[in-house]
Amino acid sequence: MTAIDPVTMARDSHVPTHKTKKTDWLGLGIVAVLGLVVVVPLVVVAIWAFAEVWRYPSLLPQEFGLRFWNATLARPDVWGAMFLSIRLSVTVTLLSAIICLPAAYAFARLDFPGRNVLFLSFLASHAFPKFGLLVAIAGIFLNLGLISTFWGVVLIQLVGTLMMMIWIPVAAFQNVDRAMEEAARDAGAGPLRVFWSVSLPQAAPTIFAAVLLSFVGTFYETEGAWLIGAPEIRTMPVLMITFINNQIVVQYGAVLSVLLWIPSFIALMFTRRLVGSASFAKGFGV
Amino acid sequence: MAQLSLKNIGKSFDGTDVIRDISLDVEDGELVCLLGPSGSGKSTILRMAGGFETPDRGAILIDGQDVTRIPPEKRPTGMVFQSHALWSHMSVADNIAFGLKLRRMPRREIQEKVAGALELVGLADYGSRRVWQLSGGQQQRVAIARALVLEPKILLLDEPFASLDQHLREHLREELRDIQRRLGITTLFVTHGQDEALALADRIVVLQGGEIEQVASPDQMYRAPETRFVAGFIGSMNFLACDMRGGRSDHAVFQIEASVSDGPVELAIRPEAIVVTPSATSTARVHRTTDYGTHILVDIDLADGTRVKAMCPPATRLATGQPVSLSADRVTVFRGTEKLADVAPVEMREVAHV
Repeated sequence: MTAIDPVTMARDSHVPTHKTKKTDWLGLGIVAVLGLVVVVPLVVVAIWAFAEVWRYPSLLPQEFGLRFWNATLARPDVWGAMFLSIRLSVTVTLLSAIICLPAAYAFARLDFPGRNVLFLSFLASHAFPKFGLLVAIAGIFLNLGLISTFWGVVLIQLVGTLMMMIWIPVAAFQNVDRAMEEAARDAGAGPLRVFWSVSLPQAAPTIFAAVLLSFVGTFYETEGAWLIGAPEIRTMPVLMITFINNQIVVQYGAVLSVLLWIPSFIALMFTRRLVGSASFAKGFGV
Repeated sequence: MAQLSLKNIGKSFDGTDVIRDISLDVEDGELVCLLGPSGSGKSTILRMAGGFETPDRGAILIDGQDVTRIPPEKRPTGMVFQSHALWSHMSVADNIAFGLKLRRMPRREIQEKVAGALELVGLADYGSRRVWQLSGGQQQRVAIARALVLEPKILLLDEPFASLDQHLREHLREELRDIQRRLGITTLFVTHGQDEALALADRIVVLQGGEIEQVASPDQMYRAPETRFVAGFIGSMNFLACDMRGGRSDHAVFQIEASVSDGPVELAIRPEAIVVTPSATSTARVHRTTDYGTHILVDIDLADGTRVKAMCPPATRLATGQPVSLSADRVTVFRGTEKLADVAPVEMREVAHV
């Protein structure tokens, strides 16, 4: 007989229960330490931006105010630099995507002579001290009349994004199931159509991460922008450095820092909305 | 409708022959299974038919037209992949509609065709779902619908049910068979599961090492295997080594008569062809019995140490270690890989005799 008898059922209801989910103290500890290291400096900078008087050893500023904001935002060169930086970053990221994504697909899917050497060469620009490379390029640009022009800075920043926009998308394209591409061919799509309709959307979350990284990287890039762009082209970070060099008032730097956060913050929020945090994390290889 | 011909095709990867020299005709409306162990070249043949590989030698013809050099997107073939290969960034309906959109079909017509295809595979209300919201079996059905909606001349299936569990596999297999019959579509099906091939195919092609071992109906393939490999590969088979002398086998248990030249041979006997009867005088003993419900499988140790499997009716009661006598009502004689004779029936003979 396998029928359940009510007496056994009643007895079984006194089975001891155990709490199986324990608090992960180690994990919490790591989060706390990381939080301290990452968040505290940000908070301090944010507070500085709104402080008018803040003397040691007070934990909080004695006087809050928007005096330095007014002073900073009243300057036309700040706004000019902001829009220039955004224009520059958008241009560089777009150009980089147009150049690099098809190349990344070729690296991931096609077999051609010199493939590996060429692939490694994208690392080369990051394998040498960057400043030396920049000085050499600046010499060439001087002859070409590209120094202190918008497109000169675009070109130099493009070099910085190449590695990220090749290596990350190559991994993304390699992860696309070949059978999916073949199924699209089978359904009547030519190679270009397959790339556009299947490979690109499949690799999209990862590629989006790469695009975001190159946008933010370009936005904050200082050395190249300064060396090639000066004196005509002044991006936000370059402007910040001049500010700090000219007069050591902490608040100016802090206000510009907070201003500089805005674009990357918007970009991050936008991305989270667009792809969802799970696949976004996957894009960064988490 | 459509007919597929492979004419003397061969293919090498890195200098080794994957496909030697294969010719095969798939008739209109026929379902042919390519069956073989992994590395036998069955998937390569299918991929060549679909245009994903190009043969080094020979030609592929669909309805008499040479398609050997035609890329997959221009071939009248539809393929279903093992991994289903659905596009996870599209809805179920968009997956099916993709090929129709490429053909610039009017929207109304596309909607009708997609609905029809979904209904055909029993997923009428699933069009708006995302691919990952479906179970494995449903995904594979969508993949079949996606291939069929384009009305290909030849349907190609590459182990489509391999990643599904046994129950679902049998169920989908029957559904596929029904659909294929209803549409009368010429089909080439790759599998490494012999039960799948036996259940589905009009004809089975058994491949090994890039060569065709045998082409036959499921019934013939099972009951009249032409080579030693096919005999061992399809179903289970007992192989017993012995010598033929003067037209008689010198095996201790199975003495058969066949007009075969003298020399070593192997007797191939199906488990269901062996009749087991308890006999106190026999030297063969029951090693183990396994009850499968529909039948009982008995492992028997012969006096010379070889183990024989026999399929007995479910009412059989045999104890471990019990002496039994054996007889076979159908024996095939092989020498090397070659079949020498079919012997049936063999007269009953006592084991440890008189």
